[in-house]
Amino acid sequence: MSFKLITIIVIVLGVLAVSQLVRLYELSSKLRNRREEDVTNRDNKLNANLLLAFMIFFYAGFIYLMTEYGWTGRGDAASVHGETTDWLLNLNFVIIIAVFFLTNTLLFGFAWKYVRKPGVKAYFYPHDNKLELIWTVVPAIVLAVIIILGLKTWNGITGDSSKEAIRIELFSKQFDWTARYSGEDNVLGKFDYKLTTQENELALLTSATLDSAIRYMEFGKADSTVLGIKLLENKLNNPKNIFIPEDRMKMETDLDRKTRLLRLLYQMKVRHNAKLDASAYDDILQKDTLHLLKGKEYEISFRAKDVIHSAYFPHLRAQINTVPGQVTRLKVTPTISTKEMRVRKNNPKFNYVLMCNKICGSAHYKMKMIVVIDTPEQYKAWLKSKTTFRDDYLKPATVVSDSTSAVASVGDTTKMGM
Amino acid sequence: MSAITHDTHGHHDSHDHHDHHEETFISKYVFSQDHKMIGKQFLITAVFMGLVAMLLSLLFRIQLAWPGESSDFLSLFLGETWAPGGVLKENMYLGLVTIHGTIMVFFLLTGGLSGTFSNILIPLQLGARDMASGFLNMISYWLFAISSVIMLVSLFIETGPAMAGWTIYPPLSALPQAIEGSGLGMTLWLVSMTLFIAGSLIGSLNYIVTVLNLRTTGMSMTRMPLTIWAFFVTAILGVLSFPVLLSAAVLLMMDRLAGTSFYLSDIIVGGEMLENHGGSPLLYQHLFWFLGHPEVYIVLLPALGLSSEIISTNARKPIFGYRAMIGSILAIGFLSFIVWGHHMFITGMNPFLGSVFVFTTLLIAIPSAVKVFNYITTLWRGSIVFTPAMLFAIGLVSTFITGGVTGIILADSALDIAVHDTYFVVAHFHIVMGMSAVFGMFAGVYHWFPKMYGRMLNTRLGYAHFWVTLVGAYGVFFPMHFVGLAGAPRRYYDYSVYNEFDTNTYEMMLDLNVIITVFAIVAAIGQLIFLFNFFYSIYRGPVAVQNPWRSNTLEWTTPVEHIHGNWPGALPIVHRWPYDYSKPGAEEDFILQTVPLAEGEEEH
Repeated sequence: MSFKLITIIVIVLGVLAVSQLVRLYELSSKLRNRREEDVTNRDNKLNANLLLAFMIFFYAGFIYLMTEYGWTGRGDAASVHGETTDWLLNLNFVIIIAVFFLTNTLLFGFAWKYVRKPGVKAYFYPHDNKLELIWTVVPAIVLAVIIILGLKTWNGITGDSSKEAIRIELFSKQFDWTARYSGEDNVLGKFDYKLTTQENELALLTSATLDSAIRYMEFGKADSTVLGIKLLENKLNNPKNIFIPEDRMKMETDLDRKTRLLRLLYQMKVRHNAKLDASAYDDILQKDTLHLLKGKEYEISFRAKDVIHSAYFPHLRAQINTVPGQVTRLKVTPTISTKEMRVRKNNPKFNYVLMCNKICGSAHYKMKMIVVIDTPEQYKAWLKSKTTFRDDYLKPATVVSDSTSAVASVGDTTKMGM
Repeated sequence: MSAITHDTHGHHDSHDHHDHHEETFISKYVFSQDHKMIGKQFLITAVFMGLVAMLLSLLFRIQLAWPGESSDFLSLFLGETWAPGGVLKENMYLGLVTIHGTIMVFFLLTGGLSGTFSNILIPLQLGARDMASGFLNMISYWLFAISSVIMLVSLFIETGPAMAGWTIYPPLSALPQAIEGSGLGMTLWLVSMTLFIAGSLIGSLNYIVTVLNLRTTGMSMTRMPLTIWAFFVTAILGVLSFPVLLSAAVLLMMDRLAGTSFYLSDIIVGGEMLENHGGSPLLYQHLFWFLGHPEVYIVLLPALGLSSEIISTNARKPIFGYRAMIGSILAIGFLSFIVWGHHMFITGMNPFLGSVFVFTTLLIAIPSAVKVFNYITTLWRGSIVFTPAMLFAIGLVSTFITGGVTGIILADSALDIAVHDTYFVVAHFHIVMGMSAVFGMFAGVYHWFPKMYGRMLNTRLGYAHFWVTLVGAYGVFFPMHFVGLAGAPRRYYDYSVYNEFDTNTYEMMLDLNVIITVFAIVAAIGQLIFLFNFFYSIYRGPVAVQNPWRSNTLEWTTPVEHIHGNWPGALPIVHRWPYDYSKPGAEEDFILQTVPLAEGEEEH
């Protein structure tokens, strides 16, 4: 409270003080018969000098920041295409910094030099076709170079990956990432968002996940926190139950939605080809950390469960949005292992990272995944410790609970509201 | 309540005698149909909105510089609900960022810049009695005013304002389960913007009609001041692009309220599996940026127009390459419609389409370069008078260069990958819009204040304001490039996550964030100088003379006292272009547009 009071008093006194000063200034100008629009030569010269001083201060600040933080503060690029784009970025920076210095110097320099001087009239110079032509054509040529080099690089980066590229998928949701490796067949299993259950967060499509999704839709959660179709119907049809109209409407909407989704699940079941199960079952799921192999090409596809996220690998110079209802992709070949980068950065704790770079909710700023770029030995050791989706999903415990009442939940409600 | 303006009665020519009537307080100051009053209404409303948006930015800058530390300033403005214990809440951080962006882009720089100066200058510089439709002009302002109020109201509701960023990308903006601001806050945002767009459209149509039809005798299109050319092209951009934003907003509204699936597909949010299937979030982005990019030029062109006029007047030289300037305004206007995809290189849009947008976007650099070189050449061998307006105009050219060149990096899709959505982008568009366009607006206020209020602003306070603003704003936005190049994503509540993988970079970001915030506070305090000067001078500033800057254009031939119909007698007749400064053979260093060509004198 006292803080507010003091603030208000200070503001009021400040305004009063300034207005008194201005009154004083105005009275003195009146005495000297000076009008507001007449800029004195002294003021004029002062501002001209200040402009020049500002330019020098501005350049000094720029050069200081550049020497202190470099023009790519992320350090060396750790991917094949990243080396190319960094080279191109440096080239572009040389061009634009040259333009920046040239034009700002001309601007501030002329402003300083051609300040009004008694007896000197401005030079009437309305146009000059030759000059105009020069500064249309020269930028056009420079831009042509920039465009050609840029597009060549872009086409290389976004083109198809080779057949041998290792296929992985990154799955994003508020507020974490899950990686899915395609397993020995190098084929990612199919998915459909309607198959999402607690045991199958990535909604992979197999005969078993289809069945449990259907059961879940029909019977809901065992502890009745999520009602299935059957229970909803029973509740709504029981004449003994009296609901507030709002609640009733909510349940009816929920029932309608689930009935329609269930119909779609049955259609999917009819069309499902059980031979495809294998490609999903050998997939390997990994949360929190993404392991990549140095020197291998990766074809990464991306999915989003709820809203748009962006997969940003600052050190690999790679980025793509993840979009609900759409699969996006990029290819990348890491060139420097985590260990090597730690030496280069002189920081034994350094790690590569995957960050979310599209506003996605309250904990957006925490949504990241550590990326480890392994040597072949390390990678093999890590892979050995992993189990496949088949092992995780079809382990006995799950099967038992499945056959009783499909314990599952869509979404991760515990993480909401952070 | 009846401030009668009989004294102006006698000045009117017979032409508009029939619509002259006694003015009440309401018809003169509130529901005014006079373009000069409407212009001032736009300005004051926008200045207020700008202040609010600046305050919001200070609130989140404090969080960024001193993350997690309790601040009395935060608790003073946000209270226990949004800053418990003086520490900003994560959601409110996003809300502040969203509303800051929305107000600055739309309410300050679109409503405030083009609304104010198009209104004041179009009739005055063209020699017209008023806008083509005074009534529609009034409606345009009041829609703007209502939309401003709704936007402000959204800051005070329980679930908070819209929190999805000023671009409000769905699905985040469509699903209240995803973030609380996407509930009522988002609805208010959409309602507010719908009214804003309606107002802006009516205004723009009025500007276009006025420019095409109400030019006085002799005022051919190629004798119009560059300000009018800029407003004219700006209005065309607005008319063609704002309806597309409206369609994007309407579809979003339907997804939110009517269960449609324009932007939604295969979503599970808050534990709920949605049925929506087949929609595309990319559709929204295309629609949004089809406005969003021309919007940048809707913001910038008026500023460039104002500065052309101010630089020429105060360098006492004709603007260099008048026709090239018109050509580049037209080229920028045209190109601005075919570059929107450069905001979407990494959104999952087809990469080939991306390369087309690289090409068109980089082309814009050519007319922009022409404008910069023409400004510089106008200064060359001038006789420069540094009024506060002139200083701001020079500041505009400097920031236009600084902000423009980084656009070349961002327009190059291959380079954009690594800096997309980082602070590098934030630095780029703040230097262009937060500095260039705002400097243009300040320049305009300082230059035309005598025309608006019949009084002079204090010049010395103007200097102080300029220097604090230039140093402060560059100090805020220039270091942001380096934060961005280090890879810092924008819209992060804090960067402590860096501690887990790269402590050195974290320290650098924290250092720079403190510097940025300190400059932001200094710059914000500098704006108080302007506010004081502005409001003080409206009432107590020295009375202005008719043509204080010794300028050529028609607005300086009107009397200092505002009258309905602008000119007391017949409308002025134009004999020459507006830039005859320091013409050889002339006595004075300026020749009003109304002065006939002397014998043997050539038109420039």
